[in-house]
Amino acid sequence: MICVSVCMGTGGISAGGDKVFHNFEAELLKHDIEATVNKGCSVHQVGCRGLCAKDVLVDVIANGVKSTYEHIKPDMVMKIVEEHLIKGAPIKEWLVKEDYHNFNAKQMKVVLEDCGVVDPEDIESYIERGGYQAVKKVLTTMTPLDTVETIKRSGLRGRGGGGFPTGLKWEFAVKNHADQKYIICNADEGDPGAFMDRSVIEGNPHSVLEGMIIGAYAIGATKGYVYIRAEYPLAVERLRIAIKAAKEKGFLGKNILGRGVDLEIKVKLGAGAFVCGEETALIASIEGKRGTPKSRPPFPAQKGLFGKPTVINNVETLANVPQIIKRGADWFASIGTEKSKGTKVFAITGKIKNSGLIEVPMGISLKEIIYDIGGGMEDELAFKAVQTGGPSGGCIPASMIDLKVDYESLAAAGSIMGSGGLVVMNEGDCMVNIAKFFLEFTQLESCGKCTPCRIGTKRLFEILTRITEGKGRKGDIEFLIDVCNDVKATSLCGLGMTAPNPILSTIKYFRREYEAHINEKRCPAKVCNALLTFTIDKEACTGCTMCAKTCPASAIEGDKKKPHTIISDKCIKCGSCFDVCKFKAVNKE
Amino acid sequence: MSQKITINNKVLIVEDGLTILQAARANNIYIPTLCEDPRLEPYGGCRLCIVWVEGMPRPATSCTTPVTDGMVVKTHTEYIEKLRKTIIEFMLSDHPNDCMMCQKTGDCRLQDLAYKYDANYTKFVGVRRNYPIVDDNPFIHFEPNKCVLCGKCTNICQNLVKTGTIEMTKRGFYSKPDTAFSKPRTPENCQFCGQCISVCPVGALSERPSLGKGRRHEMKLVRTTCTYCGTGCNFYLNVKDEKVVKVTSDYDAVVNKGNLCIKGRFGYEFIHHPDRIKTPLIREGDGYREASWDEALTLVSTKFTELIEKYGNDSVGAFSSSRCSNEENFLIGKFARTVMGTNNVDNCARV
Ligand SMILES: Cc1cc2nc3c(=O)[nH]c(=O)nc-3n(C[C@H](O)[C@H](O)[C@H](O)COP(=O)(O)O)c2cc1C
Ligand code: SF4
Ligand code: SF4
Ligand code: SF4
Repeated sequence: MICVSVCMGTGGISAGGDKVFHNFEAELLKHDIEATVNKGCSVHQVGCRGLCAKDVLVDVIANGVKSTYEHIKPDMVMKIVEEHLIKGAPIKEWLVKEDYHNFNAKQMKVVLEDCGVVDPEDIESYIERGGYQAVKKVLTTMTPLDTVETIKRSGLRGRGGGGFPTGLKWEFAVKNHADQKYIICNADEGDPGAFMDRSVIEGNPHSVLEGMIIGAYAIGATKGYVYIRAEYPLAVERLRIAIKAAKEKGFLGKNILGRGVDLEIKVKLGAGAFVCGEETALIASIEGKRGTPKSRPPFPAQKGLFGKPTVINNVETLANVPQIIKRGADWFASIGTEKSKGTKVFAITGKIKNSGLIEVPMGISLKEIIYDIGGGMEDELAFKAVQTGGPSGGCIPASMIDLKVDYESLAAAGSIMGSGGLVVMNEGDCMVNIAKFFLEFTQLESCGKCTPCRIGTKRLFEILTRITEGKGRKGDIEFLIDVCNDVKATSLCGLGMTAPNPILSTIKYFRREYEAHINEKRCPAKVCNALLTFTIDKEACTGCTMCAKTCPASAIEGDKKKPHTIISDKCIKCGSCFDVCKFKAVNKE
Repeated sequence: MSQKITINNKVLIVEDGLTILQAARANNIYIPTLCEDPRLEPYGGCRLCIVWVEGMPRPATSCTTPVTDGMVVKTHTEYIEKLRKTIIEFMLSDHPNDCMMCQKTGDCRLQDLAYKYDANYTKFVGVRRNYPIVDDNPFIHFEPNKCVLCGKCTNICQNLVKTGTIEMTKRGFYSKPDTAFSKPRTPENCQFCGQCISVCPVGALSERPSLGKGRRHEMKLVRTTCTYCGTGCNFYLNVKDEKVVKVTSDYDAVVNKGNLCIKGRFGYEFIHHPDRIKTPLIREGDGYREASWDEALTLVSTKFTELIEKYGNDSVGAFSSSRCSNEENFLIGKFARTVMGTNNVDNCARV
């Protein structure tokens, strides 16, 4: 039996997947070979852009052996059919290389296990893969307290950023008696560049619902909400389909599985405020109020939604729950490090070869993530730093590449695990500019309730802007550190408390770069335009006039087909000429 | 149950369920605040009330942290005071600082704190909000750039007045308390009770009719009782040059705890109105003539005596005003029953 799978996801199609698919069909017909040809490779649907970089990927299963081809173009199909399918000899040079195997070898799929395998819009396909077995197990053989105990023993910690032990959180809610309790799934995922939770919901929404049902049973909640970004229409749609199907199958609604347990789940759309991912703000938002955080205590587990005990968990946290129930707390606790158990999903992006969505065991080193899974740097520029935890996190320098990825190690390095963003930076990135980028985000997203965050982050952003514009002053570094620490110490919620992290960590590890900007008015990474001088290389310039046409300050002179020059007095250092020159004739120093 | 806590090395026994701030206040320990109001739920926004609690990883806001037994609190460590100063300096970096022209000078919490903490106006320099002044109604004058976002105005309007005229709008640095869609305040959306003005710790909200008519240090405060209804709210008449120019809240008033309605807060214009009736009037022919109290009361008593003699006690009655105090109303009732000998007593209050 021969089986051919062609990757035809969004990435696959854009790389020519449908042509490849048609050619396979035509060739097989021509040679009268009986084979099944599948559209869509399972790997693609997990949202792995890293693999899509190698599209079109084609899996060939012949004689029970699976071979995977990368970078397949339509005109390569004929040769594959003739050599591999007919003569039985795979074409070695087209097969995926070691890096492809590394990409998968070092990963460990728990949350993403069934993503791309199950059809997210068909509950049957989830059930076939063992879906809702955990709910059955819990409802028929475990008490709520057993359930809490199992999650506690597994060592599962919140994946939404804080890393709070999930079992402990549930236990608090159990202890607070009330006529009504709630469970909320936090799917507000607002970190720039993060798409872990979206991928889980789009790929396997039932796993999240199953986690919610188990959580609700454990704490005694009969109403649940999924708070999800309105910017995720596909995830929202799949979630709604999943809720409806689960209800029809008796996993949701009244008297679940005939065990006298009720749970109704509603979907609530977020209105695009990053701060609404913070649990107390999220609760206020569901209540129809302005989404601003509140001081804790009282914690949601004491007084949450509508004043009732409420458990709020992240998407990925909840998706881990059914796996723990099915495979046992000990299995889960055997993965990871002493204090950080299980796996973590990351979205790796930046100056790396294989950017995309990965799932790794806790305790893996940054090096393994970046070089083995990520395939190393995208070009010749050297690795400089990696940013974890999004706008709340910090930058970890190349010298600490052996750092283990777990809650404690990242915190000790001045960063955080966060929800799972991982941005890789190379020598072409200016660390002052990176810090400025994140502060620009946080000061805009501050809810404005408390003084240090509302005004403090704005002032920090302004100081960084000033430094990148060459207006840094002596003492600015100490001033920044001082203000950062004050903002951290006095802000109300996690947003303000962590907003200074990108500044503090870049000063800690890249102080020299700040000094170069401030004292020497120099940007070592050549990013901050205001600190650069633009000149045109007479040899390289072809006189195409592109730069002169683009320059908004009319600072470039030169006749057609003759070398151009930049009049430095007029130059406003916008960098447009550098960007438009096709001959790399514009230098910046 | 009560809790034993230590504040600034002093052991205190305090009631259960109090916040650190309440416990401190009850023991005369000052902690600066801007967003706190005993009538409202703790907000925790200004961050000035932070204190150091042993065992906690970071400063805690005393307005939101409940006391627990054995808690050890320090309210004025060098570190805490430094943080407070930074917060005040943040505020000053986004404040017009035109105290010389400000209506609120001398009665402004921010001004007092800046002075107390020797705050530096120019430690932080950056953009400032540049919102236009809102002067679209006869009662409430709003200068958004002076607002320190304490949230008390929106909080009191939402949760105590329960009108919901204003709420925080926008985000981050540009947040501001505003009406829905920035529409003017009108009788449709606002009660004009001025509760929002009364809680504003700075010069952002002020009484429109009192603008330019004097500031705190020029005022003589006269505590009095509202004459409009039987509730009997207390407040202070602000008197300048023998004229009432403003009404301010009396937060210690047992009856109303500083709360007032539009009539109490703004309905004082009649005091100096030229049409105000200041003497009794006696009907004569088609009109009235001014008279002394003695003359008027003698006339009433003579006529009443005549009527009672001729037609009996129930031919007369007493009708008092809801704008009298409870005591006055009680007296007129008593007078009618014991002196006039009738149960015909009524009052204009129909609420
Ligand atoms: C500014 C801010 C944004 C946050 N955004 C998210 C988010 O998008 N998704 C999320 O799960 N948690 C977010 N959190 C964390 C939540 O407050 C909360 O800790 C989490 O949902 C708890 O779930 P967990 O214990 O499963 O992690 C955010 C926190 C802060 C301070
Ligand atoms: S820290 Fe920022 S986001 Fe959080 S409550 Fe304060 S102003 Fe709002
Ligand atoms: S006057 Fe009263 S009703 Fe109007 S905004 Fe102020 S507090 Fe609200
Ligand atoms: S207007 Fe006054 S009361 Fe309202 S938030 Fe601003 S400072 Fe506070």
